[in-house]
Amino acid sequence: MSAVYTSAVGTPASPRDTFLDVRDLRVHFPTEDGLVRAVDGISFKLTKGRTLGIVGESGCGKSVTSQAILGLHKGTRAKISGEVWLDGTDLVAADAEDVRLLRGNKMSMIFQDPLSALHPFFSIGAQIVEAYRIHNDASKKVAWTRAVEMLDRVGIPNPADRARDYPHQFSGGMRQRAMIAMALVNDPQLLIADEPTTALDVTVQAQIIELMSDLQKEFGSAIIIITHDLGVVAEIADDVMVMYAGRGIEYSGADDVFYRPEHPYTWGLLNSVTRLDRVREDRLRPIPGSPPSLLNVPSGCAFNPRCQYRGQGGIPCTTERPELVTTASGHTVACHLSAEDRRATFLGDIKPSL
Amino acid sequence: MIRYIIRRLLGALLVVFVISLATFAIYFLPQLVTGADPTYAYVGRHASPAQVEAVRHSFGLDQNFFVQYFNYIKAIFFGRDFSDGVSTEHCSFPCLGYSFQYQQSVSSLIADRFPVTLSLAIGASILWLVGGVLVGILSALKRGTWIDRTAMIIALAGVSLPVYFTGLLLLFIFTYGPTWLRLFPNAGQGYVSFSEDPTGWFSALVLPWVSLAFLFAALYARLTRASMLETMGEDYIRTARAKGLPGRIVIRKHALRAALTPIVTIFGLDLAGLLGGAVLTEFTFSLQGLGKLSIDAINKQDLPVIMGVVLIGAVFLVLANIVVDVLYAVIDPRVRYT
Repeated sequence: MSAVYTSAVGTPASPRDTFLDVRDLRVHFPTEDGLVRAVDGISFKLTKGRTLGIVGESGCGKSVTSQAILGLHKGTRAKISGEVWLDGTDLVAADAEDVRLLRGNKMSMIFQDPLSALHPFFSIGAQIVEAYRIHNDASKKVAWTRAVEMLDRVGIPNPADRARDYPHQFSGGMRQRAMIAMALVNDPQLLIADEPTTALDVTVQAQIIELMSDLQKEFGSAIIIITHDLGVVAEIADDVMVMYAGRGIEYSGADDVFYRPEHPYTWGLLNSVTRLDRVREDRLRPIPGSPPSLLNVPSGCAFNPRCQYRGQGGIPCTTERPELVTTASGHTVACHLSAEDRRATFLGDIKPSL
Repeated sequence: MIRYIIRRLLGALLVVFVISLATFAIYFLPQLVTGADPTYAYVGRHASPAQVEAVRHSFGLDQNFFVQYFNYIKAIFFGRDFSDGVSTEHCSFPCLGYSFQYQQSVSSLIADRFPVTLSLAIGASILWLVGGVLVGILSALKRGTWIDRTAMIIALAGVSLPVYFTGLLLLFIFTYGPTWLRLFPNAGQGYVSFSEDPTGWFSALVLPWVSLAFLFAALYARLTRASMLETMGEDYIRTARAKGLPGRIVIRKHALRAALTPIVTIFGLDLAGLLGGAVLTEFTFSLQGLGKLSIDAINKQDLPVIMGVVLIGAVFLVLANIVVDVLYAVIDPRVRYT
């Protein structure tokens, strides 16, 4: 763990130092029912060659965060504040057109369901050619050669022929490979993968994850992987941000989050994972309740209605919102429990059942 | 694909056959139930029973259903002579029967009237397709703004107002209104042949086009708007934007193509439906088209004409269905027929 990661939150160092520096990003959607605080102040940093995993339940703001970085909310009714520094440019303040020119070029994205994310009416090759020609002044022929080359690189057999196929003629795993080929065609330095394996078979999931980490080694890009699958994160991520109700609640190196988690929500997440390599009671222990509506987030700690340690020893869970604080061990957690209590509870109550 | 088209055409032939059988049965049934007899359409009410019998025999109306049907179908391909024993009228290929009311073969009646209906349908369909789709797209892209609301209120008016209301209103303003507003003085006074007088043709048809198109344009605007909004929410539109495509190209290349696919389907069917006759519009503007012909035929119980118009309308619809299905396969690569 380098110092950059452990002291990631709220450090006053110049945002231009790191490749990607997200500071207090907020994305709010005004609706008829009220203001939806989809992302409500999230901060993290990422350098090239490293992978950040963002995990959390559905509707916690993971995807909105990634789309805000890419500038996909520009021109909509979404209210965005905070800073997103990418290689010295603040994407939140930047002109929509300037961000568009970076999109698909310096930063690109892979989506969850490759069947619906690829246009059904255009061939795979044509869609990659299009992505290439937006940012490169190349002839169709050159771009086609490049597309075939990319398909070959991501492991599509017979790429010259398959490039002429349409998305529905590909299998699920192949489609996601094609999607990756399209995202990487302009050698992006930042790749955001939004649930890249969720729609795939387990065996194919492993292949896609392996492909992504191979490509990262080859191109040295920074990757943000958004998922609710902790297995995927454990496999690929260097750092992990756990999100809850639009905010980061635990942010540390992957090993810390998996082996020494300190937030009760993270404990719950780890507890709800099925594992074959452990002997345990016959039932999983899910987190009780469901994620809060982002229209109406509980006061104090957003997790408090589902937390079994609420109010323990008189901590103000329902009234004061805990801020992300970095502890002496280099762990960044937003919880009112004291660091000692958290560690003791984890070792005593949680770890034995994992 | 070729095999698919051939198979569809064969199927279409079967459908047309069934429709012809059904219309022929409808032609035949009233005679059994009410005793109405097509022979009287020829001989008049005051003929003697012997005359009636003679005419009935010479036209083959005394034969059974199947023989008569066979003669009817045979006439379509080979023509037929209608003889009352004194004079003979030859009805040549494609003979759909002979109307004694008009003293004319049904096919020539239809051929006379068809240019009117065709002019009306083509002009109106271009207007409503362009107008409706453009308004629909604009509405979808400006969703929730005053442009969207205004367009949708006008569209609601469009689907709610019948042609004979908008048509008469337009006539009232542009033909019989204040002198300086009489832009189309010959509207509502019948059809002017395009080959004889192109400007007269145009000015006679503008108001019918507009009133017919208004109705359909309103429908198409609403449909296009809904389809466009649905498409703009698709994942592949997000992908296109994530690639860095400029917004207008995302709309033009990625969204429109998908959003307009359902429009192609209903356009084909609507156009085909109109080619069988636009009754209300033709009546409102005194256009002697197929719609007017069929209503007149119904009023006069001119059965051969009714059958002929129904059959022609059915053929248009069946063909349009095939064209639409083939177009679908061209537009959407997921649709492949074998």
